[in-house]
Amino acid sequence: MTDATTDPFDRDDLPVAPGATGSLLRSLLRAHRARVALAALVLLLQQAAVQAGPLLVAYAIDRGVPAFRRGDHGPVVAVAVGYLLCAAAAALLQYAFVRGAARINQDVLLDLRGRIFRHAQALSVDFHERYTSGRLISRSTTDVESLRELLSEGLQELIGVVLAFVYIAALLLWLDLGIGGVAVASFVPLYLLVRLYQRRAAVVFAERSTAIAGVIVKFAETMNGIRPVRAFRRERANDAVFAELNHRHERSNGDALLEMARYVVGSRLVANTAVAGMCLWGAYRVAGGTLALGVLAAAVLYMRRLYDPIDRLGMFLNSYQSAAASLAKIAGLLAQEPGVPEAVAPRELPAARPGIPGREVVFEGVRFAYRTGGEVLPRFDLSIPAGQTVAVVGSTGAGKSTLAKLLARFYDPTEGRVLLDGVDVRDLSTPELRRGVVMVTQEAFLFSGTVAENIAIGRPDATREEIEHAAKAIGAHDFIAGLPDGYDTDVRKRGGRISAGQRQLVAFARALLADPAVLILDEATSSLDVPGERAVQRAMDTVLAGRTAVVIAHRLSTVEIADRVLVMEDGRVIEDGAPSDLVTGEGRYADLHRAWRDSLVG
Amino acid sequence: MPGEHAVDKDSPDRSAVRSLARLWPYVRPVRGRWAAAAAVAIVASCLSLVIPLVLKWMVDGPVAEGDPGGVWLGALYLLLLGVAEALLFGFRRWLVARPLAGVEARMRADLFRRLQRLPIAFHDCWASGQLLSRGTTDLMLVRMFLAFPLTFLLVNAVTILAGFVLLLSQDWTLGLVLLTPVVPLVVLCSLFETKYAVVARQAQDQVGDLTTVVEESVLGIRIVKGFGRHRSQALAFRELAERLRSTELAKARLLAGIWAFITVVPELAIGAALVLGTVQVADGDLSAGTLVAFLSTALALRWPVESLGFLLAMSQEAATATERYFEVMDEREETPGPASPASVPETPAPVADGVRFEGVSFRYPDAPADAPPVLDRIDLHIRPGETLALVGGTGSGKTTLTALVPRLHEATGGRILLDGEDITLMERERLRALVSVAFEEPTLFSASVGENVLMGAAEGAAEPELRRALGVAQADRFVAALPEGAATQVGEQGLSLSGGQRQRLALARAVVGRPRFLVLDDPLSALDVHTEALVEAALREVLRDTTALVVAHRPSTVMLADRVALLSQGRIAAVGTHHELLRANAEYAWLMSGEGAGEGDGETYGKGNEER
Repeated sequence: MTDATTDPFDRDDLPVAPGATGSLLRSLLRAHRARVALAALVLLLQQAAVQAGPLLVAYAIDRGVPAFRRGDHGPVVAVAVGYLLCAAAAALLQYAFVRGAARINQDVLLDLRGRIFRHAQALSVDFHERYTSGRLISRSTTDVESLRELLSEGLQELIGVVLAFVYIAALLLWLDLGIGGVAVASFVPLYLLVRLYQRRAAVVFAERSTAIAGVIVKFAETMNGIRPVRAFRRERANDAVFAELNHRHERSNGDALLEMARYVVGSRLVANTAVAGMCLWGAYRVAGGTLALGVLAAAVLYMRRLYDPIDRLGMFLNSYQSAAASLAKIAGLLAQEPGVPEAVAPRELPAARPGIPGREVVFEGVRFAYRTGGEVLPRFDLSIPAGQTVAVVGSTGAGKSTLAKLLARFYDPTEGRVLLDGVDVRDLSTPELRRGVVMVTQEAFLFSGTVAENIAIGRPDATREEIEHAAKAIGAHDFIAGLPDGYDTDVRKRGGRISAGQRQLVAFARALLADPAVLILDEATSSLDVPGERAVQRAMDTVLAGRTAVVIAHRLSTVEIADRVLVMEDGRVIEDGAPSDLVTGEGRYADLHRAWRDSLVG
Repeated sequence: MPGEHAVDKDSPDRSAVRSLARLWPYVRPVRGRWAAAAAVAIVASCLSLVIPLVLKWMVDGPVAEGDPGGVWLGALYLLLLGVAEALLFGFRRWLVARPLAGVEARMRADLFRRLQRLPIAFHDCWASGQLLSRGTTDLMLVRMFLAFPLTFLLVNAVTILAGFVLLLSQDWTLGLVLLTPVVPLVVLCSLFETKYAVVARQAQDQVGDLTTVVEESVLGIRIVKGFGRHRSQALAFRELAERLRSTELAKARLLAGIWAFITVVPELAIGAALVLGTVQVADGDLSAGTLVAFLSTALALRWPVESLGFLLAMSQEAATATERYFEVMDEREETPGPASPASVPETPAPVADGVRFEGVSFRYPDAPADAPPVLDRIDLHIRPGETLALVGGTGSGKTTLTALVPRLHEATGGRILLDGEDITLMERERLRALVSVAFEEPTLFSASVGENVLMGAAEGAAEPELRRALGVAQADRFVAALPEGAATQVGEQGLSLSGGQRQRLALARAVVGRPRFLVLDDPLSALDVHTEALVEAALREVLRDTTALVVAHRPSTVMLADRVALLSQGRIAAVGTHHELLRANAEYAWLMSGEGAGEGDGETYGKGNEER
């Protein structure tokens, strides 16, 4: 359907404007600016409370001990009270921060999930056909999940680590310039290590995410096609293919873990060397009598804390890497312009003429080509009077479905306009458009929920009577009543097995309930048996009488009820007329009709 | 709601430890490496406890004596200890990196293998999203558990113990002061663990539900758009997403609480120890170096104690993940069936007898007990080389009946014989090699067109078979027009084909292996009239020497068959030729022409059939 080789869709790599990832993250956080600031402040105070401990130790050793020896208990009591207060404050602030941060995180995720979902729903059918469902699903699940990890664990960690670094480095500098100097100097190799790790990990992570995507696709495809898998004994062949994909992921997974190990060794070495250096310097000065013992003790305690979080920094980098990759993919998806945008200044359809529920359809100078260039429908004009039933026939690829999709506004024409009672369909709001035009397709998909809910998609405010009435009109009532819970049977649960033909009947009931002015049937009767097809025709003659209908069908039996037949070939209408006129001629339709007659008699 | 099944699984006696213990068979092959890594981690962790002792030696020795030269030695010791610690921690990670990635991969491969072999009835009840999340996120959690919480719960326990021994040996009163908070911490942690488990599981299931909505709204995008239902879909999505959010917030509340406690309790103990220690130093009962070392040790122990909270949370999540994993793994596979009787040479060569259904009944395993069976005492004989059309109203059980032949579903009563051989006594592999199926919904896999079709053939089938099969299905021309012909990739990761094109490839797949028995479920429904006529002509040739069961919805397909069986309310109501049934059976006449029982006008079909 599209040129497959150079299409960015095939590489799962939609173009992203530079900086789009960052601006997406910023726009997600913007709404919560005040709360982010508050959370940061809480964390700032919490760290202050936590880092006060060693200072109190210094105070206790250098002031408390001598004072106590003099009989002055004041400083020791002060230390006790101070420690108590700091501990309580640290805990309370910690509690407040975790809850506050979780609230921000969850709001951001809710926002992001909603954005992806809404955007995906707004994108055109054309986009969905090319992007495939698996990718969309992994965008809104695994990719959101990796951002969740970054936000809930990573970011918190990063802020904590940075704050601790700043606090402790400042305190060390304040306690003793030399010791603080060593600490600050150690940040240079640490920073280089982090950068190195980041660079190397990015490569490994990219490979790992490609590998897991391969695993997911194979997995989902096998489970969704489990019947043919079993019937054609593909189990062993699948095991082998899966083993290979799985092994590739195992390798890259192991590589990622090893990369982390390298980082840990490097950073620990730097940290421990720095600690030894600081101890040397401090002890040297205390021994020389230029530094108080308590200060050394405090410095030693701080040093331990200073480098405690470097492992966690690595974990943060981990989640940052994968979240960055995911965000880039999400940003690429969100950057896709909906090919079929909603009307900016929606217009209403003119009031329906009394007695004629259908509406007039006009294709005015319409041409349609894919963005990649392939022309499907060359420029044409077509007018369907209100209330007319038009059958469109022709072989696969003749452009029948494209015609229907233009009318249903699944696509917009490349040139020209599609008019409904004189109003361009692009100017109609979605609800107004769907009151006007409804399309029933070959794939009758059922959503999880009850049968009644599935029919009610046609008109959500319909009563149970109206739903049952629609089902009866299409001949679906009997089988629905025979399900374990009747209309309340969950289609995804036990007893809810519904055949392809039954699903198409439900899809029709949906369309009847929607009661549109223009009904499009795109191969919508393919799985129906003859009585089912009859019921559909009856419904079109009775319940839907007077509606404008466009029927695309393989079966000429469906075509016979049409007022007019269009025969399409290579995107052009080559025959146009009443079926009785065409059948007597020597054209394509007469050929098709003869072939069909022959197939009936065998 | 798909998540409901989660609730009743939370029986009161569920225990994280018991769930996690089930991982043993997977850990067993790497137990040596894992144990070595744990040992290394313990040594490394205890090294960090030695550092305060070196400090003490420095403070009470060279520093107290004012011997600046002496501190060099101390610093050297510290450096050596530090280098050793760093290398050991790196060594630990190196030891387990590959093996644990291997454990994850093995578990995933086992899951995939098992899922491929579970009864179709199982797959009918499980959304693929729920299965997929078990194969990805859950296994990742398990791997992380094996790498961190499992090791560090052990390492930290040993470190804490060793630390306390050190503390108590230095000064037992101060040591006891630091020891007191351990009891409330342990109690709180276990309390937390049980509560957290429930919420964690809830969150995981809600993620599954959310995935289902996303999946459906993508798969059903044409319906959502066709009826302009974006808003209501978005609302449903929002509701689920908000429910997940509140569960996540409940999780955060629990975490916040436990962290606050884990922060405050040890801090208070250290504060108390500091005050007491200061007094003791002032009284001269304790050396300053000991106090520094003591506090330094206590602080070194703070991280192992603090981390218990998140280690337990991770373990809990891993336990839930393990539970979800084994929920699927505990399902029973289809039995492969008895080995083929090749070892028994006196087995008579199979008599060509066609397909026989003898008193076959079927009800879905999950159907309520009072529901009537889907198929009830079916007796049917398809003679060798004969093609039998199966006709019946919508939902009469036609597709179910076809699924019984290759044992995709198991007949609950009676038996099915292929050439006189009971299919339940055949090896499934062999049965499915004998019977070839084209399904109502043609599924193509991510592979080339050629590979998709040749799946239906025995090993070694190649170009000629492929060309013949594509010819039968009238697919040769459109396949030749594809960018790379039969080598073009199709399926989820390739070119998307129209319904009719997919159906023709599925038909080619069914006939490519020249199967002895052929089951076709409404094989021509998506074809246009012209193509249908051509396919029928070619298919007639194939059906001539194949025993076939063809589900038919319309007269044109019935015409492929020698005889027709009418399935009505789970029973075979009539068998005969098309014309016999058309004349003698009102239901059949109605199904084929829409006349009779229905009040339709049906002139086209009526005429077409009466002309014969």
